[in-house]
Amino acid sequence: MRHSISRCSRICITALLALSTAALSVPAAAQATLSEAQALLAQGQRSQALDKIDRVLASNPKDRQARFLKGVILAEMNRLDDAAVVFVKLTEEAPELPEPYNNLAVIYAQQKQFDKAKAALEMAIRTHPSYAVAHENLGDLYAKMARQAYDRALQIDSNNSNAQAKLNLLRDISTAGARPATPTKPVTVAVTTPAPTAAPEVPAVKPVQAASSTAAVAASSKPAASAASSSAVAEPPAKPATADNDQRAVRSAVLSWAEAWSKKNTKEYLGYYARDFDVPDGKTRSAWEAERIDRVGKPGAIKVTLSELDIKLNGDRAIVRFKQNYQSASFKSASGKTLEMILRNGRWQIQQERIGR
Amino acid sequence: MTRTLKHLFSSKLHRIAACAALIVSSAAWAPTGLYAGVSDAGPDATITLIIRDIEQNKLDVALARTENLLGLYPNFRLAHLIRGDLLLARTQPLATFGNAAGAPADKLRDLREEAIARLQGYRNRPAQNQVPRYLLQMREDQNHAVVVDTKQSRLYLYRNEKGRPVFVADWYISQGKAGAEKQREGDNKTPVGLYQVTSVMPPEKLTDFYGKRAFPLNYPNEWDKMQGRNGHGIWLHGVPRDTFARPPKASEGCVVLANQDLDALSTYLQIGVTPVIISNGIEWLSLDDWQNERSALNQAIDDWRRDWESRDVSRYLSHYSTRFKTNDQNFEAWARQKREVTAGKTWVKVELRNLSVLRNPGSQDEMVMVSFEQDYRSSNLNNVAKKRQYWRKENGRWKIIYEGVA
Repeated sequence: MRHSISRCSRICITALLALSTAALSVPAAAQATLSEAQALLAQGQRSQALDKIDRVLASNPKDRQARFLKGVILAEMNRLDDAAVVFVKLTEEAPELPEPYNNLAVIYAQQKQFDKAKAALEMAIRTHPSYAVAHENLGDLYAKMARQAYDRALQIDSNNSNAQAKLNLLRDISTAGARPATPTKPVTVAVTTPAPTAAPEVPAVKPVQAASSTAAVAASSKPAASAASSSAVAEPPAKPATADNDQRAVRSAVLSWAEAWSKKNTKEYLGYYARDFDVPDGKTRSAWEAERIDRVGKPGAIKVTLSELDIKLNGDRAIVRFKQNYQSASFKSASGKTLEMILRNGRWQIQQERIGR
Repeated sequence: MTRTLKHLFSSKLHRIAACAALIVSSAAWAPTGLYAGVSDAGPDATITLIIRDIEQNKLDVALARTENLLGLYPNFRLAHLIRGDLLLARTQPLATFGNAAGAPADKLRDLREEAIARLQGYRNRPAQNQVPRYLLQMREDQNHAVVVDTKQSRLYLYRNEKGRPVFVADWYISQGKAGAEKQREGDNKTPVGLYQVTSVMPPEKLTDFYGKRAFPLNYPNEWDKMQGRNGHGIWLHGVPRDTFARPPKASEGCVVLANQDLDALSTYLQIGVTPVIISNGIEWLSLDDWQNERSALNQAIDDWRRDWESRDVSRYLSHYSTRFKTNDQNFEAWARQKREVTAGKTWVKVELRNLSVLRNPGSQDEMVMVSFEQDYRSSNLNNVAKKRQYWRKENGRWKIIYEGVA
């Protein structure tokens, strides 16, 4: 119960760049105040953060970024109705943005208005079909709705647990940026933890010197016991050496891709996509690239970590499945992902990128 | 993730759903034209459609249909359970029907049993040309008859069309916690036998637990008393406001209907008139077989009447079982009295009016209850009385085992 509720708290704390670009041009001073408000919020000083935001809004009442942040602060202060008003207005003004819909959904979910929450999340997904946070929240919402349906079916009095749920939810919002993305031990590729270039398959958090890359894959998806046994394997791997090398190369490419993303090296990041990459949502390649540069390159530290990596090789093609944890100061997400990769000129490149495993 | 849900139903209920789908498809799809509509054949038809949707892997349709059903019946707990499963299936694989983690096992079991009872009850509805064996001759003023099947958790309503029962409607019911064939006070069982509603209790005399009204039955009847059965307070009644229905085995012996179903049924019930037959597994007859059985019994009754008029006491007594009992007489005392009375008569004329012949449910004894208004005239005595007899088949012949004033 605790788990499913805590997972349903993926509120976006700062809107993505699209918000501010759509707004009127914000003076540098206001931008600085906005950053201060964000910092105060991260420290849990909500009323001070709200003061700052209100100061920004006094001179720039239409600033979407500021209004968005105000909505987040109000939600954290449990002024859910006020927060909902802010986000509803944002969805009306900028229906193409998924974040206000997502946050509106989280508020509705807290108010147990599950049908409205569902509708809002569906709107978020309609605007951005690959918006991972909304997908995850929707999944969590279904679980909550299922729980509610079961309670009605079985006449379980869940009033007490509801009260508990609300507290958990609020705490989760305030710590969303600071909590580790997942309690398991992921393969970490982060700016703060430079990955070794020679052996990128070595997990940064829990170093296990694996005998082969296949063993390393197994070690990353299973806990310590199998990792220990795999490190003891002395025989050569059963698979032919070339396949083994390919596994290693695919793995290396995927981890480097995530590393480039984490470092916000947009040029290197985009370099992992094949020229015939299947651009989502029927966008043009250049529009998609512009959007990615916009999003990946936005200010603030981000960390992309992959876990449970699974590689299926087939000649010069590979299907790679993993759990992707994305974490920035403003929001975090955990989602399954599948990459379809192809070997071209000695480099493994991404041909297709899908949410879900 | 859909597979678990599908398999669960497939294993037990596959045939049911497949079969029922044929019956209801026209009713549910044609008139409304709704993609995920609620069947106008009732909640059980809709549940059947939902299970079919699930088997066909149309989980979205199943969910939409379930939500439409809940729109009609917001307190339908079984539908909430199915909705929970359909929602949960979007986030994780299901291990079982009613995949509510940490739920009370007894409540889950009750809802699973209700699901099976509703699906089976709907699937096993009688064919057009089948009638319950019990309704051999309905009285002219008995507009309707109620037949309950405790095995199927189902109540069937029949219309009297010149003595022939014609199916009107059927509903899901709950029975006693301990099942059917009540013997003793407090055994939490539902009696099996021939009854009628004796009165109606208005809502102001009832707590919410019984719903909006209740119809007491005349359990124990004469036959029950002769069998030494006791207990009291067996009613047809409704359910509390916070639920649409109760589990199949829930009451202390009463027959319980959804409030809306009881509302519908109550418009047909005539106090003191409408037969309520409770059976532990209805025996269905084709109309031909029913007609044969009915003719044989009507013949036996008419033979008895004519032998009475003949004043040949031996022939008259040949219609009575040696185990015959009336209020305070056994067969010998009865025979002696009949011989004495008949000796002084020069003529006897007997006319039977408003005849009803109802077969007692259960296979232990082949028994029918015969009720009529008896217009008796003779050279020295005339009287008109309402009578009730129990006839039993002994060595292939129908014999009277009880006779009394009704």
